[in-house]
Amino acid sequence: MGRYILKRLLTAIVAFFGITIIAYGLATLMPGSPLDLLVQPETGVSAEELAEIKHRMGLDRPIIIQYFFWLKNLLQGNFGTSYSQHRPVLELMAGRIGPTMILSLSSMALALMISIPLGMVAGYKAYSGWDYGSTILAFVGQAAPNFFVALLLIYIFSVKLGWLPVTGMYDAGSSGSFGELMRHLCLPCLALTFQSIGIYTRQMRNSMVECLSDDYVRTARAKGLKESVVLFKHTLRNALLPLVTQVGLSIAKLAGGAIVTEQIFSWPGMGTLMLKAIQGRDYPLIMGVTVLISSIVLIGNIIVDIIYRMLDPRIDDKG
Amino acid sequence: MKMNKKKSAYFADTIERFMRHKLAVVGLIIVIIEIVLLVVLPLIMDLQPFTITDQFYGTPGREFILGTDANGRDVFARLIYGGRISLLIGFLAVLASAAIGIPLGIIAGYYRGGAEMIIMRLADMFQSIPQMCLNIVLVSVLSPSVSTLVFVIGVMGWPSFARLLYAKVISIREKEYVESARAIGTKNTVIMLKYILPNAISPALVAFTFGIPNAILAESALSFLGLGIQIPLASWGNMLNAAQSIAIVSTKPWLWIPPGLCIFVTLISVNMFGDSLRDALDPKTKVG
Repeated sequence: MGRYILKRLLTAIVAFFGITIIAYGLATLMPGSPLDLLVQPETGVSAEELAEIKHRMGLDRPIIIQYFFWLKNLLQGNFGTSYSQHRPVLELMAGRIGPTMILSLSSMALALMISIPLGMVAGYKAYSGWDYGSTILAFVGQAAPNFFVALLLIYIFSVKLGWLPVTGMYDAGSSGSFGELMRHLCLPCLALTFQSIGIYTRQMRNSMVECLSDDYVRTARAKGLKESVVLFKHTLRNALLPLVTQVGLSIAKLAGGAIVTEQIFSWPGMGTLMLKAIQGRDYPLIMGVTVLISSIVLIGNIIVDIIYRMLDPRIDDKG
Repeated sequence: MKMNKKKSAYFADTIERFMRHKLAVVGLIIVIIEIVLLVVLPLIMDLQPFTITDQFYGTPGREFILGTDANGRDVFARLIYGGRISLLIGFLAVLASAAIGIPLGIIAGYYRGGAEMIIMRLADMFQSIPQMCLNIVLVSVLSPSVSTLVFVIGVMGWPSFARLLYAKVISIREKEYVESARAIGTKNTVIMLKYILPNAISPALVAFTFGIPNAILAESALSFLGLGIQIPLASWGNMLNAAQSIAIVSTKPWLWIPPGLCIFVTLISVNMFGDSLRDALDPKTKVG
């Protein structure tokens, strides 16, 4: 196990450097130099002063050198200063990670709570009405764009029924209680969950069907064990394994979906911060957010892989 | 008893397969009807997607069946022209992904070793960054237009092609006919083009079918955020962009429900088709 984790961490570190190169490369390709924002033409800055500012910001060096400077600072926790908000990027991001994690993790938890039982029933009663129902649900879930689902949810639950708020994490001007957060979380969480339910349910159903036809299930039944014991003790654990892989694969998608969902519901997370940064051509902020979101996805994938190993003792250390 | 159970499972399987193919047919028919409508309607109807009239936010009625938008443009006309752009971007972007991913997948699978290492690790890396995140950054770097969207979404989509092709090619390369071709001194490029590619076409087709909904979804999400197709051009995503304020969502549903439904219907049809296609092309996959 230890060896596996070490190996997994090493590949993650390589991937992390890849991400920093991609993020930095993209940001430097952006049209308009960061100086344009700082030095407006009408302020009449002389050529010497411009060169001086450039030198101070390190913009007169080759891009590769600039990258390594940026990377060195990054690894020391210094993400630079936001051009548009004149505050450290890290500080801007720090307040945003919490809301994004609350949204994404609650959505993932909700998706699993719905799909595991649904997929179990569909797989246990394969080819029944339940099963076809779950197939239809899977197709609908995969085909409905999350922003459209979000708008429909707003239309139904907020506009027509007036039950739930649509913007922010708390009511305007309130200090914020847990109940208030929960009410605000409902719609964005549902909108984000919708896309995962279909895939998870389908995966759960298929692995359920497969496990139920395995020899150990027949043995368990032949021993005269109660059906509930066979189902929950013998089948469930094995049927959950492929779902764990599926969850790992969908983390990146979930993070992408969160960006759009946050924007619709004005959720004060990383996604809204990123879109604001794009509008303001705020390079350090864009790079910081891209690197941070990708790193969180990377860490999420490692955690999922380790959980998989822990659940499945059949895989040995060499793999 | 046992026989019976087998038999009923066999029947259930057959029914299931038939259902799936029926789904595939339904999906295909819907997509074909949609494409025909998108191509033909502008020719036979007088559709003015860009003309600004004085009827701002006109409700659906006799003159404009789906009403008008904030600038008095005909929503139905925009839906048709927007559909052309959305489908076109979806199709072209997947072509681009295929053009990058298929050769890379074949090279990685055929040569193995160093090429395999580099290409597949690169694919891992691309897939570990949220696609949406990269799309947003790239689009804003390149300034949004139809061709940038095709480029960005296309470039981002190559790993799924490479992965599927790679998996297939590593088994093909061990086949006798490849070995004999190598034995008589056939060049590697010729082997890859004449012996490997034709036999690896089924995973490519599957990747292609599932790539289209992904690309359409990516385009519509970017346009919805205002980073994709720009007004006055229309796409289903940027029509939904009009609904970013709660006032529009609540009082002017004709602006956002039709394009949303169009995306939904297109994606579900292509997915139904793709699902059956995958089953049909790969007899090893179990029903389900």
